Amino acid sequence: MTIFIPTPLRGYTAGKDVVEVEATTVREALDQLTENFPDLRKHLFTPEGKVRAFVNLYLNDEDLRYLPTKEASEVKPSDTLSIIPSIAGGR
Amino acid sequence: MSKVSLTTPVYEEIRAHSEQTYPHECCGALLGVQSAEGWAIRASIRAGNTRTDSAHNRYQISPIELLKIERTARAEGLGIAGFYHSHPDHPALWSLTDLEEAHWLGCVYIITAVEHGHAAATSSFRLAGASEEEKHFEPDPIVIV
Repeated sequence: MTIFIPTPLRGYTAGKDVVEVEATTVREALDQLTENFPDLRKHLFTPEGKVRAFVNLYLNDEDLRYLPTKEASEVKPSDTLSIIPSIAGGR
Repeated sequence: MSKVSLTTPVYEEIRAHSEQTYPHECCGALLGVQSAEGWAIRASIRAGNTRTDSAHNRYQISPIELLKIERTARAEGLGIAGFYHSHPDHPALWSLTDLEEAHWLGCVYIITAVEHGHAAATSSFRLAGASEEEKHFEPDPIVIV
């Protein structure tokens, strides 16, 4: 499947904005991504191994948080996973 | 020190957006290319402020809108360089809320102060630091090209 890397994390993927992995679930895809690029791990996961709260993951057009099986969701080679850090603020 | 360059149309657009949403905060994304000198902003995209509960002093862009912006950037051969928002009747300086909610390391956050409905100062800050724990804002001079 294809994983899209946002600009702030491309410094940890050798500048790549797209990474291809072979996986059957989202979790496998994320594990493979962070095995290939270990420096990414701390940016995506808490020390306990959970996806950081500000990291949004989209499987194709679906927010992973709202999929019934979440990170255990099965994926096909044609699927895309987008990593989207949140954006908010105010005075 | 790095800098952020904006085209005149982008600069004028984000300031116009800040006036149109007054007294609420506006927000949007900045698309561009990065070099050793910093980000060169080529386009901006308006976004909706989902913080309708407190739009006068908070902003948030929905993740699905960010996903669409990311796809637009990719299609145009650009990257998301950062984001802009306004501070109605408040200085163009980052706030603690801005820092706590900022997660795009290396990207720019442009803030326009709006005084009584009129765009005043516009400032840019780059989210520096190697990790979430070390993040901090550094001012980036704005150069209009």
